[in-house]
Amino acid sequence: MGSWGGAYSLADLTAGFKGGTAPLQFPASQNSEMEVDEVVCLPRLPRVAVCGGTHGNELSGVYLVRELLKAEKKVMEKEEEEPLSVLMVLSNPRAMQQCRRYVDTDLNRCFTHAKLNGPIPDNAPYEIIRSRELNATLGPKGNPEAVDLVCDLHNTTANMGLCFIAYSDCDWICLHIFRHLQRQMPDVPMRYIHFDVSNKESYSLDSVGKHGFAMEIGPQPHGVVRSNIYTAMKVGVQHMLDWVRIFNSGTIFEGGCVDVFTMIKHIDYPRDNETRNITAAIHPKVQDRDFCLLHPEDPLFQTFSGETLRYKGNEPLYPFFINECAYYEKGIALSLARKRRVTIPAIRVQTEQQQRANEQEFASEEEE
Amino acid sequence: MSSSSCNNSACLNEARRVAIFGGTHGNEMSGVTLVNLWVKNSAEIQRKGVETKPFITNPKAVEKCTRYVDTDLNRAFTPENLSAPGGDNLPYEVQRAQEINRIFGPKESPDAYDVIFDLHNTTSNMGCTLILESSKDHFNLQMMHYIKKAIAPASCLVLLNEHPLLKYSTSRSVAKHPVGLEVGPQPQGVLRSNIFEAMRVILKHALDFIELFNEGMEFPPCTVEAFRVLERIDYPRDANGNIIAMVHPNLQDCDWEPLNPGDPMFQTFDGKTIRYHGSGTVYPTFINEAAYYEKQQAFVTTRREALVASAIRKI
Repeated sequence: MGSWGGAYSLADLTAGFKGGTAPLQFPASQNSEMEVDEVVCLPRLPRVAVCGGTHGNELSGVYLVRELLKAEKKVMEKEEEEPLSVLMVLSNPRAMQQCRRYVDTDLNRCFTHAKLNGPIPDNAPYEIIRSRELNATLGPKGNPEAVDLVCDLHNTTANMGLCFIAYSDCDWICLHIFRHLQRQMPDVPMRYIHFDVSNKESYSLDSVGKHGFAMEIGPQPHGVVRSNIYTAMKVGVQHMLDWVRIFNSGTIFEGGCVDVFTMIKHIDYPRDNETRNITAAIHPKVQDRDFCLLHPEDPLFQTFSGETLRYKGNEPLYPFFINECAYYEKGIALSLARKRRVTIPAIRVQTEQQQRANEQEFASEEEE
Repeated sequence: MSSSSCNNSACLNEARRVAIFGGTHGNEMSGVTLVNLWVKNSAEIQRKGVETKPFITNPKAVEKCTRYVDTDLNRAFTPENLSAPGGDNLPYEVQRAQEINRIFGPKESPDAYDVIFDLHNTTSNMGCTLILESSKDHFNLQMMHYIKKAIAPASCLVLLNEHPLLKYSTSRSVAKHPVGLEVGPQPQGVLRSNIFEAMRVILKHALDFIELFNEGMEFPPCTVEAFRVLERIDYPRDANGNIIAMVHPNLQDCDWEPLNPGDPMFQTFDGKTIRYHGSGTVYPTFINEAAYYEKQQAFVTTRREALVASAIRKI
């Protein structure tokens, strides 16, 4: 009972995953510029947003944010020692009401600078209007007024465990939060996924904050809430908020290593030329084996007439988002990533003096 | 199919016209995929002396990859709907129901198709399940017995929904012998290879049975273990109708396993356990089916029952 993938679970869910370790010595080859006990000082994070229902049928986030909003009402009077402003947001209420991913267009692709600015036609898609409202509340994107951290909650039908998805492999805040969760939740399979997309091209809700990541947990069918998945998300969000409070209070977080999976490419299903209907399914040997290394010539698809189609890449890569329901229409059967070990420095919050100096420097840069 | 008793066997007409329905729910992908395949090339489903017609029942829902457009097609075959006037003004699925009743029915008439297999998927961990609408359908009982034996040691369970209130008017109910085929777990909108192959194998054996029956094989009396639907259990909800608890981790994925009084059943969002307080042991199924949140159903309870099928042979 309560096994992670439920009826899908396999013996080797953790294949390909190495937990982050925290040696005090950095391997010399990794980053010779960095000294062993250099501590990077980063600005305080006074405002955090937790967003659920960005896709209206990804129910763990929907129910979790609803519950947190209820709980928030009860503790409004209670004063915090270190007030951390946490905004709870239900991103796409209309899609949630219909229990659909989106109404007109995928909300989580609407947050590019181009889409957020410029004129909107009268009959603009609902999600375009909504993305501007969210940008006004949580951003504006790229502006000093933006919230410090956005955590956007998602579910996937793929057997991915708990994943952070971020645009950067050197955002120390996100990487430290990830490592904190790994240590606090050792029974949950956890990976950090990096989409190498520039700030100019970044398109998702989490790119609106100064820091941000999506917390993606699966496997869970859309339109369903599985208690183990919900609980993992609830606990993960709690640890994330705890970390932010601890960070803001001045604690030093020691450096270490985190395995990062950088997305390299997507592979689509084989399709019929005329109808564009798919002509094969993910091969049984790959199904549910997210993050298990895929080698050239490994089985990849099985056609409906029983033929095996093999992976034709020339390097072994790590598959993820294997058989995600929402990606059929985006032409993605699975995504592939390279894994590498990233060294993260020790960090702590800037002192007020450092913060002021930083702000002055920022202001004078703007003037130039 | 008229029947008469001859020498303790029920004598039934040959099953000449058979249909395989896919896409009754447009996002249940195994049936959609299989039927599309067979519409293109039906060699696999041909059997001597049987006309087998693969058919997509809800094409608009399939195109949008959604369960339904206006209303659930698999609840739409009520007498009221089937005789409703209004043509194009009717909800899409009611129009479809009338069309399907014209082609494969009329329901309860001698002209209706002999057998309809209706292919479904579920997010519940039900494995392969055959759904029976009447405990007195000896033809169907014998078919299900045949299928279970053919796929052993793999399992295929029989769900009997004969409950006067919970029974509903399915697409397949147009036929003389309606057979529901439900395979899970599979998320909506997703095609899993193992689920697809399992459904395909079950249909192969079902069609083999029909061929054997039509050729004159006699099937001796047998007992079929079935699970009879008792009641529907909803999620705990607040005064506004919002769900306030989830299927408990101990119950999640435990379709067909005994649920005893006192066992955990739901878990509130803040971690409290709500227990089952029925009077006896039941066997839950359709546990955490996505489509049933809106139908106020977290799972159904069943009890085990041995159904007796009389011997059958063709007239």
